[in-house]
Amino acid sequence: MGLLSFLDRKHTVAKPGFSRWMVPPAALCVHLCIGQAYALSVFNLPMTKLLGISQSAPGDWKLTELGWIFSLSMLFLGGSAAVFGRWVEDGGPRRAMFTAGCLWAGGFFLSAIGVYLHTLWLIYIGYGVIGGCALGIGYISPVSTLIKWFPDRPGMATGMAIMGFGGGAFIASPLSVWLMSKFSTPTHVGVMETFVVMGAIYFCFMMVGAVIVRVPAPGWAPEGYVAPKEAARLITRNDVFVYDALKTPQFWLIWWVLCLNVTAGIGVLGQASAMSQEMFPGHITPVAAAGFVGLMSLFNMGGRFFWASTSDYIGRRNTYFVFMVLGFFLYCTVPYTGAHGSVVGFVCCFLIIISMYGGGFSTVPAYLKDMFGTRYVGAIHGLLLTAWSAAGIFGPVLVNYIREYNVTHGVPKAQAYNTTMYIMAGLLVVGFICNFLVKAVDARFHMKANDARAKESGAAPAAARA
Amino acid sequence: MSKQNQEGTTTLQLALAWGFVGIPLTLGVLQTLINAMKLFQ
Repeated sequence: MGLLSFLDRKHTVAKPGFSRWMVPPAALCVHLCIGQAYALSVFNLPMTKLLGISQSAPGDWKLTELGWIFSLSMLFLGGSAAVFGRWVEDGGPRRAMFTAGCLWAGGFFLSAIGVYLHTLWLIYIGYGVIGGCALGIGYISPVSTLIKWFPDRPGMATGMAIMGFGGGAFIASPLSVWLMSKFSTPTHVGVMETFVVMGAIYFCFMMVGAVIVRVPAPGWAPEGYVAPKEAARLITRNDVFVYDALKTPQFWLIWWVLCLNVTAGIGVLGQASAMSQEMFPGHITPVAAAGFVGLMSLFNMGGRFFWASTSDYIGRRNTYFVFMVLGFFLYCTVPYTGAHGSVVGFVCCFLIIISMYGGGFSTVPAYLKDMFGTRYVGAIHGLLLTAWSAAGIFGPVLVNYIREYNVTHGVPKAQAYNTTMYIMAGLLVVGFICNFLVKAVDARFHMKANDARAKESGAAPAAARA
Repeated sequence: MSKQNQEGTTTLQLALAWGFVGIPLTLGVLQTLINAMKLFQ
């Protein structure tokens, strides 16, 4: 009972004197851990040699089978964020972070048992399903809390947390390699022990986040902050109930904006190494390509903070206009850089593109807050993350299959990606149109002061607070 | 206001919280930057 009450929203309310700058590190504690998902591939090769040790033996898992672990986790990320969004919103960030920490560590421990017993479906359930749910719950857990703590700069606040998700791989990747080297022996690869240690480390790290996180007291505002008297055209001062948001065209337009922006980025992110080597044969070596991928990851992370912070000044809709217009020109430029052998031009194009891919993720919570208010923004954000799952399928399929089609039809490898680049540019044109169509939410969707659904979750809608 | 109802955050607490997440992230970023420099060699 003691633990359960500690996790309650009401026990998370900050007392006077609490600094709001303690909340971003709390959010980062969670996002840096779950961001490990981007570094899962470091386990791929070792897990194909669990029996053969030095090389794959009959009975060892294949890369294609292992690829499903990541796909499952992404699928459950979107699904759990959508299903548990309201539960996260009602229970508060501490309960959500605690749950995410338990699931994330539990997923690693079950996967370790799966490695020990050499039973792949245990890893599918451990990392794929349980870990995927931790990803979804953990990803959305600090979003609405940060927006409430930083009403003056919501983009920057959520950008900081979501930057952590992009940065998690920078910690996980070297840590995993180092741990496996410590635990490996001539007869053992060391993956099982690495999973156990990482599960334990992540659990502790995420619990720190759960302990230090706080929600602001009702009516709290930063010192010197005065809420604008007049509502801006695209920034509402009302709340929209989570499931009512689904009935608005704005939700689906933003869903498509995110999906198309992510589709355009995720496809090239996964193929960056191969693409750079094939477009510049002899100029970009495998080692240089690995460096290029690392640089892209840095811009993916930095873009999350930079673009979300920029959106506080130029507006969310304008930020997405920049993504779509600039992205369109950059994708159209990539084939020319290939044709003219401009490695610098190619690298610059993709670094900016990938920064906008990250920026798309980090700017969207504030965009939703502008459209639907702060009350259910976390839950609505959870529903919107299904766009990410969809893009995770569309993006790689587009890049891989079009390249394959071109190569089998005699197109030189150096030009095999040109069609894909033009298709990506076309997707951004569609995204531009969707973003252009986003207008303020109709007043009939706004929650009323005496809305019974708000009472269920113990918080008054904006209309009642005003 | 009674002291029980206060939760003043000290500079040390802030430094610890940011260091807790900032140090591993900075180390990871530096490691990635070192690897990324191979692109220009």
